[in-house]
Amino acid sequence: MHPVSPGTPRADEATVRRLEEIARRLRVDIVEMLAKAGSGHPGGSLSAIDMVVALYFQVLRHDPQNPGRPDRDRFVLSKGHGVPAVYACMAEAGYVSREELSTLRRLGSRLQGHPVSSFVLAPGVEACTGSLGQGLSVAQGMAIASKLDGEPFRVYCLLGDGEMQEGQVWEALMSAPKYRLDNLVAILDYNKAQIDGFVKDVMDIEPLREKLESFNWHVVTIDGHDIGAFLRAMEEAQATKGRPTFVIANTVKGKGVSFMEGVVDWHGVAPNAEQAARAIEELKRS
Amino acid sequence: MSVKKATRQAFGEALVRLGEERQDIVVLDADLAKSTKSELFGKKFPERFFEMGIQEANMLGTAAGLALCGKVPFACSFACFITGRYDQIRISVAYSEANVRIVGTHAGIAVGDDGYSQQGLEDIALMRALPTMAVIQPADDVETEAVVRYLADHEGPAYLRLTRQNVDRIHSEDYVFRFGRIETLRDGKDAVIFATGAQVAESLRAAEALAAEGISVRVVNVATLKPLDVEGVVEAARACGGKVITAEDHSVIGGLGSAVAECLAEHFPSRMLRIGVPDVFGESGSPADLYRKYGLDAEGIAKKVREFLR
Ligand SMILES: Cc1ncc(C[n+]2csc(CCOP(=O)(O)OP(=O)(O)O)c2C)c(N)n1
Ligand SMILES: [Mg+2]
Repeated sequence: MHPVSPGTPRADEATVRRLEEIARRLRVDIVEMLAKAGSGHPGGSLSAIDMVVALYFQVLRHDPQNPGRPDRDRFVLSKGHGVPAVYACMAEAGYVSREELSTLRRLGSRLQGHPVSSFVLAPGVEACTGSLGQGLSVAQGMAIASKLDGEPFRVYCLLGDGEMQEGQVWEALMSAPKYRLDNLVAILDYNKAQIDGFVKDVMDIEPLREKLESFNWHVVTIDGHDIGAFLRAMEEAQATKGRPTFVIANTVKGKGVSFMEGVVDWHGVAPNAEQAARAIEELKRS
Repeated sequence: MSVKKATRQAFGEALVRLGEERQDIVVLDADLAKSTKSELFGKKFPERFFEMGIQEANMLGTAAGLALCGKVPFACSFACFITGRYDQIRISVAYSEANVRIVGTHAGIAVGDDGYSQQGLEDIALMRALPTMAVIQPADDVETEAVVRYLADHEGPAYLRLTRQNVDRIHSEDYVFRFGRIETLRDGKDAVIFATGAQVAESLRAAEALAAEGISVRVVNVATLKPLDVEGVVEAARACGGKVITAEDHSVIGGLGSAVAECLAEHFPSRMLRIGVPDVFGESGSPADLYRKYGLDAEGIAKKVREFLR
């Protein structure tokens, strides 16, 4: 496939540095995109970007020259509002131009407010999401399809922690082990916040590891901003046979922009011009 | 009219035949496989059958994922439980352009004894409102087989509405289903009945009774509820003097009656009578008693047409 991603989770030092460097640049793109659009979700895009970059430029086998290749790995962004993180990667990988990023959320843009697979196909925009709770079921269907065809591809799904409150997520968590989907990896962007407050206050999802293990998933807990740890978790998932892997990735909402970090209210408002400038300066200095 | 079969039974049998020819057909059910008849496929092709338990939302999402990876999934449950997962159909299936065939059996008040909670009475209305969603209700077993075959290659998501109860066979074995086209089953000029599903056979019987009284009624089978055959509907209404009746086992809100009314209001304003389940919840009872009560059997339809034309 196209060399944009080696398609293997190997976590050597040079790889980690390369991915960190990409993530640092794409954080700036996310802030610029949202400021330009005047709306969108910075908190959950910034908490996820390190993992999305690692998927895009190291783990997933995909081909920007041939986005529809049937044997590409699938990545379903179940927390669809985090799509700016994916769009930034799409531009970096060449699925869309960098200029197109500034059309986000505009009339006629392929970059809709939430992923729309029929407008532009790329990892993370494999299915329409935006109504939370649905992506893991879709990813499960893809993983079953892969199994039926002799496993030409693996499937990854990124979820939000508030999203874990949706009943359908637990339906999928119950069913994927039944079908022994060891080609399916669920990744939780555990940034501790949702819209109305902190997850533990709105509707606590803890104890989470115990729940997932009792549902028969292989569970790995990591720091979701540690790209090396993330790659090792992906390696572990690939080596795990007979059941799906769930990665609990502890993250910080708004990660990288000091005034957004851990602040609930930065979930769904775009920075204004002054805030964006401050954020970008900070990101470029980091 | 000697053969009688439930369209869900015909569906299950057709699915097995299709599965033999096509490796890409997969079937999902949510603990109603014995009732939807998808179990016939499940017994024959266990590796392509997915028992999802009582998880309709998860089933529909999973079907979407399978479809997005090139499979042709039939996701089955009762019509009422299917439409209960509208958000999943809306986003994971339709918006994602996933070619899922959503199969809702036990459609209509003719489900009978179980009462309203099991009777799909709003499914046509809901499914019709979704962009790209095709909505099909065959009138008998022969048409069901033809529709299932058609659906194997249909582009886009589709909803297939099936009966629990037996319905009379009205088509000959060489019947050819034409997607998006109405089918004139009986000619007439005083009025036209557009019917769908179980009401097609009932309307044919009603027309026969009315003919004996000198009333000439055209009977049209509307198997494809969406996209509606606008040209065909207008032509039939015009040929019958703008006197139009619709008959369906579905709420009068949003179903065939609404679809025909929307079409004619724009293209050929007509006098209309919508026969269906009025704006009330369903109830328990035998299918025959319920059809009698709501005027959905041949006698009821004939009576309403008589009054309408008076
Ligand atoms: C079914 C559904 N209900 C409500 C919403 C509105 N909504 C958008 S984002 C969000 C909070 C999501 O929180 P979380 O999953 O923690 O995402 P993150 O923190 O990663 O942004 C809500 C409630 C939605 N998109 N879908
Ligand atoms: Mg969160």
